Amino acid sequence: MTQGDAEINVTVTLELPGSLRDLNEGRPTVELRAAPAAASTTPSTVGDALAALRGVRPAVYDRLVTERGEVRTHVNLFVDGEEIRQTGGLGTPLAEDARILVVPAVSGG
Amino acid sequence: MPDSPAGLRTAGGDVLLMVGTTKGAFLLRSRTGERADAAAWEADGPHFPGEDVYALAFDQRAGRRTLWAAPGSAFFGTTLRRSDDFGATWTGKDERPVRFPEGSDLELKRIWQIHPGRESEPDRLFLGVEPSCLYESTDGGDSWAPVEGFLAHPHRQRWTPGAGGMCMHTILTDPGDADRMLVAISTGGVYRTDDGGWTWPARNVGVRAEFLPDKHPEFGQCVHKVAHHPSRPERLFLQNHWGLYRSDDWGDSWTDVANGVPSDFGFAMAVHPHEADTVYIVPLESDGFRCTPGARLRVYRTRDAGASWKPLERGLPQEDAYETVLRDALDVDSARPAGVYFGTRSGKVYASADDGESWTLLRDGLPPVVCVKAAVVGAA
Repeated sequence: MTQGDAEINVTVTLELPGSLRDLNEGRPTVELRAAPAAASTTPSTVGDALAALRGVRPAVYDRLVTERGEVRTHVNLFVDGEEIRQTGGLGTPLAEDARILVVPAVSGG
Repeated sequence: MPDSPAGLRTAGGDVLLMVGTTKGAFLLRSRTGERADAAAWEADGPHFPGEDVYALAFDQRAGRRTLWAAPGSAFFGTTLRRSDDFGATWTGKDERPVRFPEGSDLELKRIWQIHPGRESEPDRLFLGVEPSCLYESTDGGDSWAPVEGFLAHPHRQRWTPGAGGMCMHTILTDPGDADRMLVAISTGGVYRTDDGGWTWPARNVGVRAEFLPDKHPEFGQCVHKVAHHPSRPERLFLQNHWGLYRSDDWGDSWTDVANGVPSDFGFAMAVHPHEADTVYIVPLESDGFRCTPGARLRVYRTRDAGASWKPLERGLPQEDAYETVLRDALDVDSARPAGVYFGTRSGKVYASADDGESWTLLRDGLPPVVCVKAAVVGAA
């Protein structure tokens, strides 16, 4: 789907790694209604989905996003198989029923 | 992941040893009279498995028995947790009480120090964090805010991180003056406030910065640890990135006291609980090698405020011991004689029950040890 095909308000699913599920009542996913700012004509984005996450699961949000509003260095978010740093970052558009996969980076010792 | 630890069953008079590692925290307890017997120590952990725990504290003020821990995930950031039942349960899983304010353009990397503060102010606690800043709570740790005078420090843009990060690792309070505190950061050096935290002039006169073109700048020194005894708070001891110093005037000036140590490089430093002039350090060979000199694991102790230092090695390996003891991995309990404890990057924890004269290996095979805190548990 291209950006032009994306709807403005979409329902998406955030898929969590096991280490974050205890902050989500043990569940592996969070359903989110991603809505851009009022009067916007651009499609919903990963940033909009994370803003929705902040409202319903603030503890999960804090694990993924820093005080500066940036995705943490060692957290990767995949939309349709693409890591968002390659597709526009928080501005990556979301289609209806998109799935955002949270993957801790393979790093460290 | 390991099963959840059950916590320790601890009684008044026990010694509590808290060990932070790069893969979680371990709690140990022993009767004071049995500290030298490794088999007498009960262990519990790992708490927060997989997360690094660089800061631990035990707050016994005002009748509390509160453990504090700052587990940090390389992926998901740092939290602050507390336990009032010796680790059976921890609060704060869903909370992020320590964060930089919007507009600061800073983000919390790690909590390096948890300092319960003065006995006279039992609801006041402090945190030293990365990037270097001081946080304060005035409600017993329920909420936290950066100390504005330090957050807005005019030197901030010129501080640079050491190998461990841009950390505030030392917080010292003046028991007799609520407006006076001293902190140390790496790199940046020593800063002191005399006005309750509004201003923080540098206090590095005499401390060298071996790695800078100007060896004696106003600030920028890589101070690794500062320690003092509450009975003589103005007398400070400083382990520098090259350099071992003492100040008798709350840091206004510093004098070299590296008298007879094999190296003046090192990280850890602790003052004896009952003797203000008795200090323990673990020298390391160099900033390039950062292992115990001559592959001998030796703690050095001064009992004359740095005029002389004596190696303490009984019970410690004296060959093939390429060990590193980091800045917060050495501590003392308050028993008599004093218990002295340290942990190594190779995952060993040693204890002395006789002021450091002799040592026992308490634990081996832990993840790299980054924090050791010891206390005698008071009566309930």
